[in-house]
Amino acid sequence: MDLFEYQAKDLFAAHGVPVTLGDVATTADHAREIAEQIGGRVVVKAQVKTGGRGKAGGVKLADDANDAGIKASAILGMDIKGHTVHRVLVTEASDIAEEYYFSFLLDRSNRTFLAMASREGGMEIEQVAVEKPEALAKIPVDAIHGVDVAKAREIAEAAGYPADVLDQAADVIVSLWDVFVGEDATLVEVNPLVKTPDGKVLALDGKVTLDDNAGFRHPEHEELADTSASDPLEARAKADGLNYVKLDGEVGIIGNGAGLVMSTLDVVAYAGEEFGGVRPANFLDIGGGASADVMAAGLGIVLSDPSVRSVFVNVFGGITACDAVANGIVAALAKLREGGTQITTPLVVRLDGNRAAEGREILAGAGLSGVEQNDTMDGAARRAAELAAR
Amino acid sequence: MAIFLDRNSRVIVQGITGSQGAQHTRRMLAAGTTVVGGTNPKKAGTTVDFDGVALPVFGGIAEAMASTGANVVVAFVPPAGAKAGMIEAIDAGIELAVVITEGIPVHDSTAAWAYACEKGNKTRIIGPNCPGVASPGQSNAGIIPADITKPGRIGLVSKSGTLTYQMMYELRDIGFSTCVGIGGDPVIGTTHIDCLRAFQDDPDTDAIVMIGEIGGDAEERAAAFIEASVTKPVVGYVAGFTAPEGKTMGHAGAIVSGSSGTAQAKKEALEKVGVQVGKTPSEAARLMREIMASR
Repeated sequence: MDLFEYQAKDLFAAHGVPVTLGDVATTADHAREIAEQIGGRVVVKAQVKTGGRGKAGGVKLADDANDAGIKASAILGMDIKGHTVHRVLVTEASDIAEEYYFSFLLDRSNRTFLAMASREGGMEIEQVAVEKPEALAKIPVDAIHGVDVAKAREIAEAAGYPADVLDQAADVIVSLWDVFVGEDATLVEVNPLVKTPDGKVLALDGKVTLDDNAGFRHPEHEELADTSASDPLEARAKADGLNYVKLDGEVGIIGNGAGLVMSTLDVVAYAGEEFGGVRPANFLDIGGGASADVMAAGLGIVLSDPSVRSVFVNVFGGITACDAVANGIVAALAKLREGGTQITTPLVVRLDGNRAAEGREILAGAGLSGVEQNDTMDGAARRAAELAAR
Repeated sequence: MAIFLDRNSRVIVQGITGSQGAQHTRRMLAAGTTVVGGTNPKKAGTTVDFDGVALPVFGGIAEAMASTGANVVVAFVPPAGAKAGMIEAIDAGIELAVVITEGIPVHDSTAAWAYACEKGNKTRIIGPNCPGVASPGQSNAGIIPADITKPGRIGLVSKSGTLTYQMMYELRDIGFSTCVGIGGDPVIGTTHIDCLRAFQDDPDTDAIVMIGEIGGDAEERAAAFIEASVTKPVVGYVAGFTAPEGKTMGHAGAIVSGSSGTAQAKKEALEKVGVQVGKTPSEAARLMREIMASR
């Protein structure tokens, strides 16, 4: 889960990372009130989970509280790279003497953590990495030994932070490590980390990605989820405990196993080239088991997507037995019909593997209108694409 | 022969008394695996009955190894206990630890991996979030349905469980030496490269199927390894061409970040080193079938 800047800074503050005073507002009036409390000049910053806010006009300096209200009303509702601005962070304006870059992240390739730090802050770090690779220090951090003051100082020195801020920067780095580990983050980024004219080191921006798998030990993280932004079908699927991602095509997909479902999307898109570019409408992994309840919940969500014109149910019975899946499909359709759902969208079902013959027989024997079977994944994908193109 | 797991493997199950652990112990036994016991500190000293086979429950892995000569542990423990479970396996110095558990925080798997490295990597870790390893006709450690294929001379390594099963089934008439599901998490123990190296060295494996998916750069690194060190034919398949940027597709590690980790880049890297990459799993199976037929 990616956090908004204001949420990241709240976590920073909780772990002792110095940040500027501020609060988040959803209306211009509220922004004005916050600015009044802070007093003096403030910055009004669009809260969107994408980069390039400044260039898009989503970050503005305001001279006083009234001006903050005006700036907030200009920014709220703005579209930044497809993200609508619903919130602004109003925070005290700080003068900047120098800008640096700092992050902790998971280094998948090397199966360890990595500190990245540079004296060149403010611009996109990808750009620094390309244009001035020598200015970007990359220091591996051992997951067991972590970051103490000595390690933090080593990182700060490798980054080339100036001597007069090394001690402060090392303290900030230790606190950021505390955020990274304490919150189970996979990314903690500060860009820019600044030195003010009076020599203070501050995190002026913040980007944090939390590990969803660690939710069980951070129940408080649930409140950080941005439910307003998620697709309504995705939200419903999540509430049903389903692994669903909305896509922009016409063929609804239900399958078991993340890899098989990803593959199903590809095979449908590939088959769809022949039928005017028909594409998959979603990712939905119903996992093992594939009970009638799970199948009904999954079918219910896929069928309520208005862009879905056909559905491809692709199940490979490994541990799951296909006859159980077939019974699940029959029961799910009955359940949906009982619940008043009109099912007019054609279904293509491919069952293969463990007890496939029995499963196919059950489906064929159920005499379900609008449900057809195909024995191969490629064949079924092609048929589902063809039906969606009609 | 086979890689990592064969008829001489003696398997214990961490979490044998749990519902998952018990269900899959029964399946492993049915597949002919020599399961010699399990662990659960709270139920040490008891036995669990599996259709007439009474398996002893030990307090820990080291104790189970000493009593039974076990050299493989399969872990079915909840995510919160998985890191401790892996560290216990490493401390016991067991040869192979297969971690089935899905949903382990990445800080935990990274710490466990760092611990394994610090202890000299004597324990091979497969997973986490994986279906395990199966050498058909010999032994099965994990949740792979071993009976959908027969013993043969193809080696299979995959990030995905169901795609592993799909491929095993498509090529069931030719058969497999060993099938390894390495798991879909961002940080895993055994990699594509480890399996490729082992298959290359295995006299009973003639050709290799490698299944990858979006996220990370494991496939690109595997391609470089194939170019340098693999002479046996390799057929590839990569899932996730249609995955949108920034969305996790089921597996915690299956995510395209910016322009990195795309299926296209992985396919190109593999093709560049002479690996034939199927557009669909069935096409990959067909390519492997042709290779085996021409031998």
